[in-house]
Amino acid sequence: MNIFLVLFFIVWILGWLINIRLSLIKNAKFLRFFIPTLFGFVILLMWEFLVLGLNINPVLLPPPTAIALKFADSLDILWIDFVQTLIKGALSGYILGCGAAILTAIAIDKFNFLKRGLLPFGNFVSALPIVGMAPIFVMWFGFDWESKCAIVVVMVFFPMLVNSVQGLELVDHSRQDLMKTYNASYTQTLFKLRLPSALPFIFNGLKICSTLALIGAIVAEFFGSPIKGMGFRISSEVGRFALDMVWAEIFVAALAGCLFYGLISLIEKQLTFWHPSNQK
Amino acid sequence: MKRLIINNSILPILTILLFIVIVWYLAAIPMNSEKVTRQFKNLSFTEHVEKTWNLKKPKLPTPHQIVNEIINTTFYKKISSKRSLVYHGWITLKATLAGFILGTFLGIILALGIVHNRAMDLSVMPWVIASQTVPILAIAPMIIVVMNSVGVTGLLPKAIISMYLSFFPVVVGMVKGLRSPDQMQIDQMRTWSASPNQLLWRLRFPSSLPYLFASLKVGIAASLIGAIVGELPSGAISGLGARMLAGTYYGQTVMIWSALFAAAFLAASLVFFISFIQNYTLRKMAILR
Repeated sequence: MNIFLVLFFIVWILGWLINIRLSLIKNAKFLRFFIPTLFGFVILLMWEFLVLGLNINPVLLPPPTAIALKFADSLDILWIDFVQTLIKGALSGYILGCGAAILTAIAIDKFNFLKRGLLPFGNFVSALPIVGMAPIFVMWFGFDWESKCAIVVVMVFFPMLVNSVQGLELVDHSRQDLMKTYNASYTQTLFKLRLPSALPFIFNGLKICSTLALIGAIVAEFFGSPIKGMGFRISSEVGRFALDMVWAEIFVAALAGCLFYGLISLIEKQLTFWHPSNQK
Repeated sequence: MKRLIINNSILPILTILLFIVIVWYLAAIPMNSEKVTRQFKNLSFTEHVEKTWNLKKPKLPTPHQIVNEIINTTFYKKISSKRSLVYHGWITLKATLAGFILGTFLGIILALGIVHNRAMDLSVMPWVIASQTVPILAIAPMIIVVMNSVGVTGLLPKAIISMYLSFFPVVVGMVKGLRSPDQMQIDQMRTWSASPNQLLWRLRFPSSLPYLFASLKVGIAASLIGAIVGELPSGAISGLGARMLAGTYYGQTVMIWSALFAAAFLAASLVFFISFIQNYTLRKMAILR
């Protein structure tokens, strides 16, 4: 029994007890943030002590401190990869794919026939492993970010389409009738009533797609990329057993994913302030 | 009512499918014609078009080439042969199912903990939600390589990735489902002096089933993706993902597309299978009529 293992168990039991204690306090607002933060911190500490205590080879599972050091050490590489994969690949594909899907949704919303044909089809395609198309797109559009953008477009298109069409469809009939009595034109109804009331659904789609876009861009790089990019770095550093770098990349991906998601939620709160779920 | 909707959608769906096939064939002409002009000289237009549809390593294979390849590698190869699509599909399916079952159990247990223990609810749930926003698949190559170097190979590493992907939807759905009985129903159970166990098994669990099935459908699609991506790195030699990778290396586009179609077929039948059990169970429980 060495000192680190003892520390491991002490941290475990202390963290456990504190969290149970804290969760018994009712209606304290700051706890909503404090408890999960503490939980995450305790897990990190336990990870650190376990790796040190059991003498786990840092090649297999690096301790968090090593990952943090590597992260601080290679900020420039991480930034290059971040721009290559997330800004050029994922973000451009995300904007193109989601934009095209919303426009398509508006277009097919006019035709009931198309809607009935495309919706089941879209639902079906949403469940398919589209990531598998990555090698084909790499072949068509080359190794650089264009192919990543293309795969992201295809991945986000159908979930986004299904959500937008559903949103446009579920407009309250009495409101639509009201617009009619105002003698509103199609575009007026679209922009003043239907699109705003479809926003909760559109944002739901945007949130689902944000993760898909990151996954698509990273996985597509496993099939070939220039010598930069997060997927490239992950697969090549894994080959060299430099797992601290891999964890650093994963940390970047996680951070970017959370920030992006948070940003979308923030915009959603601003735009759909009228929705019951945002009113207390 | 439901049957009516299905019948009403068949014609539109078929139209869309037909449209896609036509666009596919038309798109194959410009995409492959460069290769045709390089290989053949002095072709008439119809010959040229016909050649673009039947190239050996086309940029975009046509549907009939893919169907032919699938039929060839499914029915005319021995199942145990390395060239059989059934063989590769089975490898992927095994990992998918193992991961899915593990993930479902883990998800249900975690959800039970979250619903019954306030400390766990407050500490774990935010992380479960946060982890949904993280591109988990990026970890896949690392898990495979690390487990390989510890000596764990084959099915298990892939199953773990599948498990990781499939357990999140189950946790989220199950927590929602276990909390779906309203206060009145819970009070009713109390007036019958039901024990916590009885409350769980007679009220909470049955009313969570619709939510569970909805999550299972998402989960099984996710675990198939996990298994396929798990086959990509570290030179896996069997499985649908490995077949796609091999296809990329050797420029065998028809092989990639046929693996892709096989994966799509697997995904569709797995989701269909879950919906079948869902319909059967929910109908027996009189939740669905």
